Amino acid sequence: MLPEDFELAARFVKDRSGLVLTRDKVYLLENRLMPVVRDLRLKSVSELLAGIASGDAALQTTVIDAMMAKDTGFFRDWKPFVHFRTVVLPNIRVSRGMKTRFRILSAGVSTGQEAHSIAMTIRDVSSSFPGWQVEVIGIDISATAIAAASKGIYSQFDVQRGLPVRTLLQYFTKQEDAWVLNDAVRGMVKCQPWNLLDDLFSLGRFDAIFCRNVLVYFDLKTKLDVLQKLARLLVDDGVLYLGLNETVTGVSSNFRAVDPALGIYAAHRADRPASLSLAAKVDL
Amino acid sequence: MKRCLVVDDSRVIRRVASKIIQDLGFDVDEAENGRKALNALTIRMPDLILVDWDMPVMDGLEFAQQLRKLPGGNKVVVVFCTTENDIPHIRQALDAGADEYIMKPFDSEIVRSKLILLGLLG
Ligand SMILES: C[S@@+](CC[C@H](N)C(=O)[O-])C[C@H]1O[C@@H](n2cnc3c(N)ncnc32)[C@H](O)[C@@H]1O
Repeated sequence: MLPEDFELAARFVKDRSGLVLTRDKVYLLENRLMPVVRDLRLKSVSELLAGIASGDAALQTTVIDAMMAKDTGFFRDWKPFVHFRTVVLPNIRVSRGMKTRFRILSAGVSTGQEAHSIAMTIRDVSSSFPGWQVEVIGIDISATAIAAASKGIYSQFDVQRGLPVRTLLQYFTKQEDAWVLNDAVRGMVKCQPWNLLDDLFSLGRFDAIFCRNVLVYFDLKTKLDVLQKLARLLVDDGVLYLGLNETVTGVSSNFRAVDPALGIYAAHRADRPASLSLAAKVDL
Repeated sequence: MKRCLVVDDSRVIRRVASKIIQDLGFDVDEAENGRKALNALTIRMPDLILVDWDMPVMDGLEFAQQLRKLPGGNKVVVVFCTTENDIPHIRQALDAGADEYIMKPFDSEIVRSKLILLGLLG
């Protein structure tokens, strides 16, 4: 690949998605774009890039989608979800007064495992929330990932990454080789294509936001911008889950650390005291 | 160091599983059927047992049932690792005392994530 081709592609990908491609990522770019080249029966990555430069919107979307790392799993890293179940959900239950409704955002939901893990966790304790209105929203820049997330159909491989087998039996049925999430859980989750670089305010407010293993691909400025926007979406005692060891320290004053090793942060508003301790230790 | 016993009649699978579990920081022993595994347990009770279903001499189901009757046999984490991949089989294994269930083929990420949720890995 010519250096100028790489520069052009890297700038386009960064402007559109936030993903930073340093020069040593030529192989990554080629690896992810070759399937697109083959699909569209083009001659080369260069020809594909020329199409992007000419402003072909459909092609641009396809390329951004192909460039995204979508690796994910159910209950990824496990402990953050234990924290959500044992600390955040009980807090929501006792602190919302007359407002019997809450909303959770999975930003960078990929193929849905994260949002569905959140929904199953809530479902597990649904007897604590009789009559409550609960919404889990999943957003991702990748339309193909969102289409998969909306279906809630997973392979045998997928359902073994992180999903306890009893949870599998409880919420899935098997249809031939596929595992199908039941309608009750699937119905709690709404997934839609959305770019984190765009306005997020119209998504509404959230009681907790999962944005795990997404910001790691961004540069500092983009990360700060997105964190600021996410902070504005959180309710006063809202919680932000980043990936393990992902940090906001030195990046954003909108959050305070709850358990940085687990990537757990609380909304922090300088003018208001912290309303509760979310720092209960997560023990299994 | 935590100990694991891998029980499978296929030497290849034993080797693959052992390597994955060793890389996760366990000491691993192997046995080729349920009977041999039970014998190994009289010497030492491991923290984790990964057991196949279909084996000659004694299968995984009978092994799990016998194990749970042994002194200390209730503390061991038992994970089935088998090609049986339908819901009735999974239920049967859980009823026999399995804690978790892996359907073959598996990879290191599947094993790792299961051990995390079983509290055997940090
Ligand atoms: C590595 S996956 C992580 C999935 C999941 N959150 C988890 O932790 O398992 C990152 C996801 O973020 C999405 N993503 C990357 N940049 C994005 C952006 N600018 N807007 C929305 N989603 C984005 C990707 O498409 C991908 O699905």
